[in-house]
Amino acid sequence: MSRISLTLGPVLFNWSIDRWSDFYARIADEAPIDIVYIGEVVCSKRQPFFSGMLPDVIERLERGGKSVILSSLALPTLERELRYCAALADASQMVEVNDVSMIPYLDGRPHAIGPFINVYNEATALFLADGGARRIVLPPELPMPSIAAIAAAAPETDIEVWAFGRIPLAVSARCYHARLHGRTKDSCQFVCENDPDGLRVDTLDDEKFLAINGVQTLSHSYCNLICETRQLRDIGVSALRLSPQTCDMVAVSRVFRDVLDDHCDPEHALRLLRTIAPDTAFSNGFVHNTDGALYVME
Amino acid sequence: MTAIDAQSLELVCPAGTPAALRTAIDAGADAVYCGFRDETNARNFPGLNFSRDEMRASIDYAHARGAKVLIAINTFARAGDPGPWRHAIDDASALAADAVILADIGLLSYAARTHPGLRLHLSVQAAAASSAAITYYEKAFGVKRVVLPRVLSLAEIALVTRSISCETETFAFGGLCVMTEGRCSLSSYATGKSPNINGVCSPASHVSYRADSGSLVSRLGDFTINRFTPDQPVGYPTLCKGRFKTTVGEGYLFEEPVSLDARPLLPGLKKAGVRAIKIEGRQRSRAYIKAVVSAFRESLDALNGGRPDPIDSLALMTEGQTVTAGAYKKAWR
Repeated sequence: MSRISLTLGPVLFNWSIDRWSDFYARIADEAPIDIVYIGEVVCSKRQPFFSGMLPDVIERLERGGKSVILSSLALPTLERELRYCAALADASQMVEVNDVSMIPYLDGRPHAIGPFINVYNEATALFLADGGARRIVLPPELPMPSIAAIAAAAPETDIEVWAFGRIPLAVSARCYHARLHGRTKDSCQFVCENDPDGLRVDTLDDEKFLAINGVQTLSHSYCNLICETRQLRDIGVSALRLSPQTCDMVAVSRVFRDVLDDHCDPEHALRLLRTIAPDTAFSNGFVHNTDGALYVME
Repeated sequence: MTAIDAQSLELVCPAGTPAALRTAIDAGADAVYCGFRDETNARNFPGLNFSRDEMRASIDYAHARGAKVLIAINTFARAGDPGPWRHAIDDASALAADAVILADIGLLSYAARTHPGLRLHLSVQAAAASSAAITYYEKAFGVKRVVLPRVLSLAEIALVTRSISCETETFAFGGLCVMTEGRCSLSSYATGKSPNINGVCSPASHVSYRADSGSLVSRLGDFTINRFTPDQPVGYPTLCKGRFKTTVGEGYLFEEPVSLDARPLLPGLKKAGVRAIKIEGRQRSRAYIKAVVSAFRESLDALNGGRPDPIDSLALMTEGQTVTAGAYKKAWR
């Protein structure tokens, strides 16, 4: 059985520049992560804050033995956003495509397909692989049999699965952070920076439900597939994605690596992850073909 | 019915049943869109949609009256089981549908390869929101029309329409997704039933209501979506139209229970080069279809003839809800 890789997804939230650069410095030096995806996915207005530091951070990650993939926007519509797509395509690193808009700029060069592209079946995976996709991060709502069918049909393509962190559930033209604060997207004053894990959304009966992050809506729960890692490996998944939250992601990555290397059993690992992220429920319902919010104990 | 010239806006209307299809065509629809009775279309609701025989008869009815039938096969094919989706495309082609409306890249590839004469429309579920994305679908699959996601302003629609070779179609009336279509897993997070996979959103099978100290609580799956006092009208718990709480405040966090009415923008959409406008509502009654389609027929005939819009308001048909121009006005964002 081939070794399964661990990847770190792009930071989805509007982190301060200090939090952002400290985070990547620690990941570079300490985390047993093979591939780091980096770049703004959710809101192009945030991108200028860290773009100047990006080359140095990428260099440090590469020095730390990580491969770096540049993530692109999930919903580019404006001309300047398309120009940013074009600029990304010229970079030396591989690009993660999060909207079909990005594909023409790559002109068939090897790339990764991100979780915001609707790859629900093997025909789509094979069509995209023909166009240069070397890696495909599957949509988080896919059940295990679909993951297995896609992985079996596309053995030349690295199939990656969302394994830890809040689940991206929707993206909109409307900024919910701005709306909640009585502003519009154009006058948002970057109010999303107050919520580095997203802003918690409860039901009127105080059930923890969702989190908003600018134009994005995520689950409140953290997806956690630590107990499914071996099954995912057995069906041909080649990488697991850990999505950055403010909890100790180096510790999270070590727990996943230990389970993948058979140094720790999944049940113990689940208890460890609960201590690392004590305030947030875990969910794995999507891979078990049920409500995504549920945690299914096997 | 007014003859459609190159400058006229085409009126594309919903049909959940053969009777609704006949009603829409009799009321002046230039085209109707509908789906087969299974999970291949994004309105897979009990009691809706068409058997193969019903589709054949409905296409005959439409073609005899100069109207088109567009078949929506706009969910994403299940991995390991593409059969139902491919059969739907094969049958749409065999039944001489005027176009199929697809979102799935795998199915677009299948249709383009297997039925090169079949006209392809890109579903709103594909969420192609930029000229670059639309151009990709044009070049890869020969898509002839794109239904634009409800994320673009009028100015952006004009810009996109000018930058591409295929036609654009935009929503003009009815239910309003506030999330980008085809990119939303909120329903499956709460219920396990997904728009993209199962063709349903906030399904009635997972809705419950509970009385609680004088209020009525509406729930979807294990989550409360809204709470109504006796003086408030009770709405269906569509997830993104619910009321929720945050540390900043509570209320309709994503969108009020409004529906889209872009009729005041019809001249702008026409000027932007949009080819067709679409009315949402395959789940709606024949009375609703008749009223809305007739009103739009009058508005479009006036617009196409250079006369002022004769219709004051369709507000009654939005079931007491307020209306919005949605993302067509930039401040909505």
